[in-house]
Amino acid sequence: MLPVILSRLQFALTTVYHFFFVPLTLGLVWFVAILETMYVRTGDETYKRLTKFWGKLLLINFAMGVVTGIVMEFQFGMNWAGYANYVGDIFGAPLAIEALLAFFLESTFLGLWIFGWDKLSKKLHAAVIWLVAVGSSLSALWILIANAFMQHPVGYVLNNGRAEMVDFGALVFNPKAWIMFEHTLASGLTTAAFFILGVSAYHLVRKQDVEFYKRSFSLASIVGTIAIVLVIIGGHEQGLWLLKNQPMKAAATEALWETEDPASFSILTIGDLSGRREVWEIRVPRVLSFLYYNQFTGEVPGMDDLQEEYQMKYGPGDYVPLAVFTYWGFRFMVASGFAMLALAGYTLYYVMRNKVGPQIRWLGLFVFTIALPYIANTSGWVLTEMGRQPFIVYGLLKTEDAMSPGLTSGMILFSLIGFALVYAALMGADVYLLTKYAKAGPAAAETESAALE
Amino acid sequence: MDLNILWFILIAVLYVGFFFLEGFDFGVGMLLPFLGKNDNERRAIINTIGPHWDGNEVWLITAGGATFAAFPRWYATMFSGFYPALFLLLLALIIRGVSFEFRSKDTNPNWRSFWDWTAAVGSFLAAFLLGVAFANLAKGVPIDAKMRFTGTLWTLLNPYALIGGLSNTAGFLLIGAIFLSLKTSGPLAERAQSAARKLWIPAVVLILALLVTTYIYTDILAHLGVDPGVIPIASFAALLLTGYFIYRKQNGWAFGMMGAHLALTLISCFQIMFPRVMISSTDPAFSLTIYNASSSPYTLKVMSIVALIFVPVVLAYQIWTYWIFRKRISTKPKDLTY
Repeated sequence: MLPVILSRLQFALTTVYHFFFVPLTLGLVWFVAILETMYVRTGDETYKRLTKFWGKLLLINFAMGVVTGIVMEFQFGMNWAGYANYVGDIFGAPLAIEALLAFFLESTFLGLWIFGWDKLSKKLHAAVIWLVAVGSSLSALWILIANAFMQHPVGYVLNNGRAEMVDFGALVFNPKAWIMFEHTLASGLTTAAFFILGVSAYHLVRKQDVEFYKRSFSLASIVGTIAIVLVIIGGHEQGLWLLKNQPMKAAATEALWETEDPASFSILTIGDLSGRREVWEIRVPRVLSFLYYNQFTGEVPGMDDLQEEYQMKYGPGDYVPLAVFTYWGFRFMVASGFAMLALAGYTLYYVMRNKVGPQIRWLGLFVFTIALPYIANTSGWVLTEMGRQPFIVYGLLKTEDAMSPGLTSGMILFSLIGFALVYAALMGADVYLLTKYAKAGPAAAETESAALE
Repeated sequence: MDLNILWFILIAVLYVGFFFLEGFDFGVGMLLPFLGKNDNERRAIINTIGPHWDGNEVWLITAGGATFAAFPRWYATMFSGFYPALFLLLLALIIRGVSFEFRSKDTNPNWRSFWDWTAAVGSFLAAFLLGVAFANLAKGVPIDAKMRFTGTLWTLLNPYALIGGLSNTAGFLLIGAIFLSLKTSGPLAERAQSAARKLWIPAVVLILALLVTTYIYTDILAHLGVDPGVIPIASFAALLLTGYFIYRKQNGWAFGMMGAHLALTLISCFQIMFPRVMISSTDPAFSLTIYNASSSPYTLKVMSIVALIFVPVVLAYQIWTYWIFRKRISTKPKDLTY
C-alpha cells in the first residue's frame, strides 16, 4: 500500500483511539468537581463517597488519554513533515500553547488531587479539581483551534513556500473553532452523563447502594439532558456552517450528487462498492432545504457540480471525499444523538417526579446505551476529517503532498501494526479495570489501600 | 538578543527541565522491580513519583510543541528522520505511564508483577533512546540540501550514540536511586542508598567515555575549542561531588549535584549544537540553524509573549506541588492509603 494511505490509517487509528478516552475525561471531571463542591458545602459524606467513586473511574480513563496524546503531537512531524513545514508557522502555536496552558494545569493538579486528600484543606482540594476541569476544557479549545485551521484556514499569507501567520487573533477567534468547541464540550458532558446513567442503572437494578446511585443518576439525567440539547444545537450550527464553507462535505454527508432546489433529505442510500454511486435510496422531499434554510426551498449543491467548480478553483484532480464514510458517519452520529435525547428526556421525567429508583421501567437498558455517545463521538470525527479530503488544509494543501519524505511503506506498516497491537492490549486492560470498578461500587474505591490513583 | 536565540534557549530549558525532572522518575521506574522486595515497598516506590510523573512528562510534550511552533523545519526534519526511534520512544512512554496507573488496581500478584516489569522496561527504553537522540543531535546526521534526513535507523545507532544512550541510562538510574534514598524510609531507603553507591561508578566511567568520544565524533574542537568552557567542566565536577555526597550520606546534596550534572550535560549538548539545531554530516552548509529553520518573526513574537506570561506561572505551581509532597513516604500499609 502507498505510504500516504498507511499514514492516514495510522493517524486514524491513533486519533480515534485517543478520542475514545478524551470525551469521558472532558465531561466526567466536571461531574466530579460538582460532587466535591456539594461535599464541601453540605458536609454530607455521601458526596465524598460519590466524588471518590467517580473520581477513580475518571483517573483510570485519564491516564489513557495522556499517554495516547503524546503520540498525536509527535505524528505531525513523524508522518506529515510536509504538512509541518507548510503550516508549522501557524499550526505549531496552538499546540505549544495547549501544552503550556492546559496540559501542565490538568496533569499537575490531577496529581495533586489524587495524592492530596489529607495534605490540603477541604476547600483547597475541591478548588484543585476545578482547575483540572478548566485545564482539560482549555486543552480541548486549543486543539480545536488547531483543527479549525485545517478545516477553515484564516489569519495567514502564503510566503516563502509556506503559510505564515499574520493575525493571531483571527486564528484564535476562527468561528469554526468555537462552534466545534461548544459541540465537543457538550459531547463530553453527554458522554459522561450516559456513562454515569449506565453504571448507576447497573447497580440500581440490583438494588445496591440505592441512595448513592440515585443521586448519581439524577445529576447525570439533568446535566445529560441539557448537554445533549446543546450538542444538537451545536451540530445544527455546524451543518449550516458546512453548507457555506465546505459545501463538498455537506453534499457528501447527504450523498447528494446533483444540485437540488428544493433539496430532499436522504433517509437511506445504499451505494455501489466504490461508494461513488447510489444504487437504491429513500428520500424525503424538501427536508434538506428546510434543515439548511428554515423554509422548504433553497439550493443545496451536489457533488458532481462541486467537483467541476473545485477543478476550476484548485486545478485538475478528484475533490469528492469517500461518501460512504461521510454519509454513514453522519447517520450514525445523528441517530445516536437523537436516541440519547429521547433517553435523557425519559430519565428526566422520573427525576422531575422524584421517582428515581430501581422501579424505573427498562432501567437495565441504560447499561447498554453507554455505547451511544462513543458511537456518536467517533462517527462525528470520521465525518469531519474524511469529509475534508483530499485536503489536509482545506483549499490549501492536499493530503498526498503533506507526507514526510523518505518514509517507506515498510516503516509505516511496522509502526502501524505496533500501535495496533499495543493499543488493543491496553484497551483490554482498561475496559477490564473500568468494568471491575464500576461493578464493584463505592466500597472498593474507599477500602482498597493505596489503589486510589 | 533576537527571538530566534531566545527560543533556542527556551527549548533547551524545556528539555533540560524534562531531563532533570523525568530523569529521576525514569530511574525510579527502572529500579522498581529491583529495589522493591514486596508489594508495599513497590507501592511506596511508585508513590514517590506518583503525584509528579505525568506533570513531568508534559515538559517533553511542551518541548515538542515549542519546537514545532518556533522551528517548524527542525521539528519536521527531526521527527520524520528519527521515525523508528521515536516510534519506540512513544511505545516506551505509553507502556511506562499506564503501568503506574494500572498495577495497583488489581490484587493478582501476576498482574502487579507484569506491570512492574513493563514500567522498568519502558523507563529503560525511554532513557536509552533519549540519550541516543541527543548524542545524534550533537554529532550530526546525514541531511541533504533540502533539509531532508537521508539516513536510516542504523545511522542513528552509531557507537557514539550508543555511548550517549548508555551514559544517559546510567545517569537516570543513579539519580533515581538517590531520589528513592531521600523519599523512602527504613530498609528500602538503605537499599536505595547502597544502589546509589554502586551505580555511581558506571555512571562516571560512561560519562568519561562520552567525554572522550565527544572530541572524536563531534565538531566540538572546531566549534568550542579544546577547553570547552565552564559548563561541561562544571558538569563533570558535579558528578564527582555526587559521589562524595553519596559516600558522606548527604543525599539531599547528592540529589542536587546529580540533577545539576544531568542539566549541565544536556546544556553542553545544546552548546555544541548552537546556532545549529540539526547538524548535517553530509555538508555543513546543509545544517538547519535557528534562522533557516525558524518560524516567521510574527509567530515568534506572539509565542514569546505567551511564554513570558505563562512559563513563570507553570513553574510556580509545579514548585508548589513538590513543596506539598516534600515528606518521606513510609512503607507501612496504613500510610499508603489515600
